[in-house]
Amino acid sequence: MPEFFKFPKSLKKTNFHYCPGCHHSIVHRLLCEVIDELNIQEKSVGIASIGCSCFLYFYIDVDILEAPHGRACAAATGVKRARPELVVFTYQGDGDFAAIGFNESFHSALRGEKITAIMINNTVYGMTGGQLSPTTLPGQKTTTTPEGRDPNLYGYPPKIAEIFAGLEGVAFSGRFAVNTPKRVLETKKALKKAFLAQINNLGFGYIEILSACPINWKLDPVSANKAVDKLTKVFPLGTFKDEVEKFLSGDKS
Amino acid sequence: MKTKKILAKGIEAIALGALEAGCKCYFGYPITPQNEIPELMARELPKRGGVFLQAESELAAINMVLGACATGIRAMTSSSSPGISLMCEAFSYIAALELPAVVVNVMRGGPGLGGIEASQGDYFQAVKGSGHGDFHFMVLAPYNAQEAYEFTAKAFEFAEKYRNPVMILSDAILGQMKEPLVLKKLRIKKYNKNNWALTGAKNRPSRFIRSLFLSSQELKGKNLKLAKKYKKMEKDIIYESLVNDEDKVIVVAFGSIARIAKDACLNLRKKGYPVGFFRPITLFPFPVKPIQELIKNAKNSLKFVVPELNCGQMVEDVKLAVNGKASVIPLPYPPSVIPFPEELEKEIKKCLSSLSSRKA
Ligand SMILES: Cc1ncc(C[n+]2csc(CCOP(=O)(O)OP(=O)(O)O)c2C)c(N)n1
Ligand code: SF4
Ligand SMILES: [Mg+2]
Repeated sequence: MPEFFKFPKSLKKTNFHYCPGCHHSIVHRLLCEVIDELNIQEKSVGIASIGCSCFLYFYIDVDILEAPHGRACAAATGVKRARPELVVFTYQGDGDFAAIGFNESFHSALRGEKITAIMINNTVYGMTGGQLSPTTLPGQKTTTTPEGRDPNLYGYPPKIAEIFAGLEGVAFSGRFAVNTPKRVLETKKALKKAFLAQINNLGFGYIEILSACPINWKLDPVSANKAVDKLTKVFPLGTFKDEVEKFLSGDKS
Repeated sequence: MKTKKILAKGIEAIALGALEAGCKCYFGYPITPQNEIPELMARELPKRGGVFLQAESELAAINMVLGACATGIRAMTSSSSPGISLMCEAFSYIAALELPAVVVNVMRGGPGLGGIEASQGDYFQAVKGSGHGDFHFMVLAPYNAQEAYEFTAKAFEFAEKYRNPVMILSDAILGQMKEPLVLKKLRIKKYNKNNWALTGAKNRPSRFIRSLFLSSQELKGKNLKLAKKYKKMEKDIIYESLVNDEDKVIVVAFGSIARIAKDACLNLRKKGYPVGFFRPITLFPFPVKPIQELIKNAKNSLKFVVPELNCGQMVEDVKLAVNGKASVIPLPYPPSVIPFPEELEKEIKKCLSSLSSRKA
């Protein structure tokens, strides 16, 4: 009988500390499935960032380094340049990746570092209690924008996946979500490509995943899951650059 | 390597020392007066199978060092004062993660953008305040090109021995002055890193390196572990001491001004004055016991005179070491007023007479 469900080898058997309905845990599982399928558990080094996912090392069974807030891509650059044979990924929130760490993220992409960056976009600073993030939607209430994000004061959310797609150093860039089974499967496929980008030495692999933060959105898990659909109006889902597919299909152009 | 004598700037000596120690990765961001280090590394490292990368900022550079060191590879960065300030958060992480990073600060005048003349204004930052939390760099202060070469190489050994960041504290004079340098094979010990480095979990369980400890017991343990390590470092205290038991004044100086102070002391001695010279080379750990020995062995009551290229920083550590058992007189020279040996001689002579011109 075919096996339909099994526990990923590279997922540690530890209970997640995440809030009910949080999407971090779904992405963790997908990450482990991809690590298993690519058979890279023994040569991966993950970079944990500062945010709700800072305990990444309690869940993902690969070597993991903790980087200061925002500096995951710089630390990943150091690991990868020192040992190019390793598969190196970062796991960051929107605040870590796109606010305090934007410069490191952007320049790593510009240099075409052979690393994979996973960005969990939940539009808030989850860990510190739901403050404004660069990716907070216009009008969205956060603890530091109690009247909602006013674009006159804070501008508009950056579309990182689209911006990165325009950089020569980036081999894969896309935005996905995990709030429906279909989207979970699509995200997994894309995540694999974001790894294949570095494994095949093509360049920087970037994947942004729209995620629910029920606690800070002040919604129950089911409503928060549905609310992710609203995010897709500002943050369209899709693959914006895919050199991996071209490479795998033998297109050498 | 065959021994050969060359003419080199202090900062070139630093880069050559790092290469001699087998440094494999250099990450940095340009800033005067230390640009010859990255420039030399950019030429030399790729030839030796190493990595040179100019980062987008000092923030990125030091975090690249953090990443590279976590894989057990010898890595370094260098900068000058403002750039070092920008790295301080990562220094704290590197110390907490117990990574063997080597950092070079070729100090320039501050605060703020300051100037590019020599200064020792970052003494406090290097030995006491290089980031948040209870941690220390091991700090080595060479005073000529030869020491710059040898101590930079040694820094990689100390960093691995203690799994702690090591800082080479130099300045614009030492860095930019050209002088003879004997390049020779140095015996730099390597330590086993297989039990902690992140190299992929092959044939062993996965591991992680972190600094977050939400359990207060664990965090306390971490702090005490670091404190114990700093105590242990005292075995590797380095200093130069030219002191006779009959001396009445001991001049304590480090780095470039120690060159001038040593000249002044030796001149005074030749003229028959009871003046000794003491030079801390490890600024952290500070040579406290050797200074206390000097006091114990002294036949006269002692005065310690502390000339520095700042408004008085190391003098505080001298006072702590002396612990009230002798008087301590600061001789502050803020950036750009570097004294000639003759001027220092005058000041030291004043201290020899009972009243000092500058009060402690
Ligand atoms: C230098 C520094 N500034 C601020 C913080 C506090 N801090 C911790 S996590 C975080 C934001 C995390 O938000 P995000 O990256 O979006 O991750 P999430 O928790 O939402 O998954 C902040 C501001 C810190 N740890 N370090
Ligand atoms: S605060 Fe938000 S991001 Fe953090 S664990 Fe809870 S739901 Fe997830
Ligand atoms: Mg977030």
